[in-house]
Amino acid sequence: MDRVKLTINGKEVEAPAGSTILQAAEMAGIEIPRLCYDPHLSSLGACRLCVVEVKGNRLLPASCVTPVTNGMEVETETDAVVQARKTILELLVANHPLDCMTCDKMGACKLADYCYKYEVKDSPFVGERHHYPLDDSNPFIIRDMNKCILCGACVRACEEMTGQDNLSYLYRGFDRKATTAADVPYIESDCVFCGQCVAVCPTGALVEKSMSGKARRWDIDRVRTTCPFCGTGCNFDLAVKDGKVIGVLSTPEAPVNGQMLCVKGRFGWDFIYNEKRLTAPLIKKNGQFVEASWDEAYDLIAEKFNAIRDQYGPDSFAALSSARCTNEENYLVQKLTRAHMGSNNVDHCART
Amino acid sequence: MAGLATTFGSGAMTNPIYEITEEAELMLLIGTNATEAHPIIGYKMRQAARNGAKMIVCDPRRIDLVDEADYWLQIKPGTDIPLLNGLMHIIIKEGLEDKQFIAERTENYEELKAVVENYPPEKVSEMTGVSVEDLYAVARLYATTDKAMIFYTLGITEHICGTRNVMSIANLAMLTGHLGRPGTGVCPMRGQNNVQGACDMGALPNVYPGYQAVTNPDIQQKFEKAWGKELPNKVGLKIPEMFEAAHEGKVKAMYILGENPVLTDPNANHIKAALEHLDFLVVQELFLTETAEFADVVLPAASFAECNGTFTNTERRVQRVRQAIEPIPGQPNWITICQMATRMGYPMSYEHPSEIWDEMSSLAPSMAGVNYDRLEKSSLQWPCPTVEHPGTPFLHSGKFTRGLGLFQPADHVPPAEMPDKEYPFLLSTGRILYHYNVTTPYSPGIASVWDKELAEFHPLDAEKLGLKEDSKVKITSRRGEVISAVKITERVQPGMIWMSFHYAETPTNELTSDGLDPITGTGEYKVAAVKVEKL
Repeated sequence: MDRVKLTINGKEVEAPAGSTILQAAEMAGIEIPRLCYDPHLSSLGACRLCVVEVKGNRLLPASCVTPVTNGMEVETETDAVVQARKTILELLVANHPLDCMTCDKMGACKLADYCYKYEVKDSPFVGERHHYPLDDSNPFIIRDMNKCILCGACVRACEEMTGQDNLSYLYRGFDRKATTAADVPYIESDCVFCGQCVAVCPTGALVEKSMSGKARRWDIDRVRTTCPFCGTGCNFDLAVKDGKVIGVLSTPEAPVNGQMLCVKGRFGWDFIYNEKRLTAPLIKKNGQFVEASWDEAYDLIAEKFNAIRDQYGPDSFAALSSARCTNEENYLVQKLTRAHMGSNNVDHCART
Repeated sequence: MAGLATTFGSGAMTNPIYEITEEAELMLLIGTNATEAHPIIGYKMRQAARNGAKMIVCDPRRIDLVDEADYWLQIKPGTDIPLLNGLMHIIIKEGLEDKQFIAERTENYEELKAVVENYPPEKVSEMTGVSVEDLYAVARLYATTDKAMIFYTLGITEHICGTRNVMSIANLAMLTGHLGRPGTGVCPMRGQNNVQGACDMGALPNVYPGYQAVTNPDIQQKFEKAWGKELPNKVGLKIPEMFEAAHEGKVKAMYILGENPVLTDPNANHIKAALEHLDFLVVQELFLTETAEFADVVLPAASFAECNGTFTNTERRVQRVRQAIEPIPGQPNWITICQMATRMGYPMSYEHPSEIWDEMSSLAPSMAGVNYDRLEKSSLQWPCPTVEHPGTPFLHSGKFTRGLGLFQPADHVPPAEMPDKEYPFLLSTGRILYHYNVTTPYSPGIASVWDKELAEFHPLDAEKLGLKEDSKVKITSRRGEVISAVKITERVQPGMIWMSFHYAETPTNELTSDGLDPITGTGEYKVAAVKVEKL
């Protein structure tokens, strides 16, 4: 592939032809602020926060949609650039609730991060504000359209990742809105609740309902694991606060699925706290289950299994292992069946 | 998996998931509703189709991916073999087969040729309901596309001829040389998170970990030495045989870990009777499930969030499962199994699941190179024989696992039970997006939105029966009856009803057929005859 040579902030940089300035900068370890850009989505150039100065160009081009050319000289943090970014942020904040102290996204909000970086506390622009009602019509996602900055990441994720095409832009000008067809709540739309829109949203406009009010992002421990539902093998992080799972966060680092998950993987985890979970061994006495200690349970199991094997032979025993349990648990079950019970009667539901 | 094991020598998905978006020029989907059963794979297929890859969907139901497909072959349920034979007939007649691949890498081609000779397009069209024109178009398109992948799931295997169906798919791929390269292959997608791993671990009646036969004396000796016990060399019972043996009083004790056969296995009433017949049943589970109700002892299980370990996905990728919270029953499952075994007189003691993995991998050459240290850095796809080996994204490069690929031609096998005067509807079953077999109904979030079974009826049938959206019906087969609500949709053909099996209140598997594939013992979930009564 052809390589292009350019300089960014005085540093000589090489990038494959066709790269954008933003990508070339990233390869050189230079981070350019961005709100609407996501490496896994098409580039829109909507938020303009990624503007840079290019020598010989009297405008400030958006680096996420401007391809590199040979000999290009790029500056990413000049006075003009910084001033432009401040103004963009001030315009966004002019119509964005500054309730950051109670916002669930705080700590993972790019808008807040960049306002901090460029010292934007509030906005000199005074004008009309939106007063959209909160959409918490469904059990999984809270939509606060007042916090939407129209970066369009949710629209692109719905179309380009899931292909559900449930979101698009409605209305014009100040009323423009990234929303469902006919602007109905998610629950009344064709939404399949994969939550890709939540994963890519840079502000508090879309948040996981299960995590709302439970923790600030910096208080959450993330534990990388593998989804327990179908056989695709998606990876995600369990969000843990004070020893409890409060949600699932997807990660671009997941080898099979990247940021993508489905409704089960992202929102189905709460079965683990179902009040019907068993917490102690049960022994059936006179047709009724009675709680027992582990010792009692093991004693009874050992006595019965061994006695039946000794009386009727090894093949009077059979074990049903599990396609839902770990490899290690399955290994132990077949080892116990073969080595101790003396039978190859072990199977699992590979057939269902 | 027996089908691919016979033809290729290995029963696993041949090619990796990422090739769907990165390599494939054509996707042939047969008996798989990916956007619901394997959503992320389905989303990738949709992305690929929108980026220009061709898509062919063979399914009796109008699944969502039909909207993305270039061809939708709406076959009659249970006619997969005639369809596949018909495609091969055309390919051979038109000289589109890969002669070099057949000559160098396969055997038994003449027999295949003889069998598919009997499946001319007109006859196949009659049998399957697919037009002659579409048969020609699809046969030519698949045969002449360089990188073509085939995907299937339980729509293929859950028939009495499931193994034959799979072999017919393998025949088609071999006939056209669509194997052993990126963007090709035969990809069965595993339904549950660790079906692949449970098989790999030897939770099967005929093999030890790593698919080593229990009947091979050298292998037996190796495991006897490692485990310090004499081991049986007779192949054990498969699930349906276990329940049959329980009925007959031959199997008297069972241990069931994390499975709910009463809800998920076909002909549920038969399973219940078998469980009742046992002298002693131990169930280890998260919940007091329909199966656990039959137990003498129930051991509480820990969920995936409470255990360390590994799962192996459908593309043979071993990945870590990490404990995020303290186990709700007080201890992880592997410790429970070890303590139980120890009490039974067979001491098992490990400090960490990684030691269990290490013991396993020291005995299973195909996984010998995988260990927890490597998995910390990245997932690995077996075969991975040494710690230097990078893993194997696609199988059968240059040579099949069994050497030469074996053509195993098959003739049409009609379903065990078809609609008749008394039971005029054809019931087919499957999974819906919002649920996964049997854990998701315990998710308060999911259960609050998708809380009951909605049996799918075609509008014409609904009209005939006087049904409206959400009407209640009683659905009866020769084996049982259930009550369900109704959804009216053109996704199903007239005369066909489609249901999931996720809800204890509507235990669909009390209806399903007791027909079994004679080779794998897989139940025929996809075809049963039922009658319907409006309530």
